[in-house]
Amino acid sequence: MEITRRRLLVLLPAAAVAWKYVLAGTPEGAPNYELTKHWWAMLIDIPKCIGCGSCVRACAEENDVPEGYYRTWIERYHVADWKIERPEVESPDGGKYGFPPHADDGGKNFFVPKLCNHCADSPCTQVCPVGATFISPDGVVLVDKSYCLGCRYCIQACPYGCRFLNPKTNTADKCTLCYHRITKGLTTACCEVCPTGARQLADLKNPKDPIHEFLKTHAVQILKPYMATGAKVFYNGMDGSVR
Amino acid sequence: MFKNIEHLVRLAVVMMIGVLGFVILRAAVVPHSFGQYGHYRGAAIGEIASRPVAFAGHETCEACHTDVVEQKKLGKHVVVSCEACHGALAKHADDPSSVLPKKLDTAILCARCHEANGAKPKGFPQVATAEHSGGLACDTCHQPHHPKIETAEIKTEGKK
Repeated sequence: MEITRRRLLVLLPAAAVAWKYVLAGTPEGAPNYELTKHWWAMLIDIPKCIGCGSCVRACAEENDVPEGYYRTWIERYHVADWKIERPEVESPDGGKYGFPPHADDGGKNFFVPKLCNHCADSPCTQVCPVGATFISPDGVVLVDKSYCLGCRYCIQACPYGCRFLNPKTNTADKCTLCYHRITKGLTTACCEVCPTGARQLADLKNPKDPIHEFLKTHAVQILKPYMATGAKVFYNGMDGSVR
Repeated sequence: MFKNIEHLVRLAVVMMIGVLGFVILRAAVVPHSFGQYGHYRGAAIGEIASRPVAFAGHETCEACHTDVVEQKKLGKHVVVSCEACHGALAKHADDPSSVLPKKLDTAILCARCHEANGAKPKGFPQVATAEHSGGLACDTCHQPHHPKIETAEIKTEGKK
């Protein structure tokens, strides 16, 4: 075929249309939920946690998490008098069935619930080679199951160990901050069942959210701040021994 | 100037076919919503959000079980949401007549929170269940929705 200038001019817009078709997406968000009006976070009040494991059980039930894998888990810290750099940490079955009684031997003992920190600058989303994991416009780090290859890059990239390879789907799996609940106006399953209010879902873009007052008036920390991940799970009353 | 440019035209044609092939293939293979919000499939957000819920949330329970709400208000368990003990009951909320909640064993359930453990906050009420009740179910004495035992003796003696 001979390409004349005229034919070329016909072909170029066709290519442009094809690109538009490539880039145009159909918004499929949940009804009445505006992605740009939220910025989700969580507040964990360590002095309130009793290590009952309700959150771990609720998470497994709500999200169909396979036995032996945890999207959220509880760690029990034991810090003997001065060994703040070498705490003893245990998490039998992720704390799912509670913790066996522990003798009070003078050290410091407390529970630390853990989950995905939904980092604003998350290392896990940056290493995904196919764009299967991402931070949504409302601040939740999610995994697109149908796009994930199961290469595990994200699992080793997470500094908090919050990801695992789901043996049922062979894709990366993690806490979704109960995205299917928070977009419907509910709180997460773990926050719903927490009997002491140690876990609270927070929307940083909602000016009426009590998190703002809490953050102003309490000494709040995040995990591994030196990693500059922009973690959005805030810990109140966290001991220096927590890793 | 444009003499003997046939070989250039041929090259251009091959390149155009290549580019077009790429564009068409990409349009066919890459999901429509890829790149809608960023370097990922935008439709995935909607798919993840559309998962059904298992826990109905205490507001849903409270809409029907108003008597329990009144009872709970009097005691310390007012802050504990229904499904913390009763389990995930969105199915019951959807169809209250045919899906009924299971009966709970308070000997196991209460101990999950109240079994003494050195790592629990000091102010949290804890008991060593074996000594405290000797295996009796907790609801023999305590009413879970209003757990404090208010007997006449305790009220009149005035001791803490």
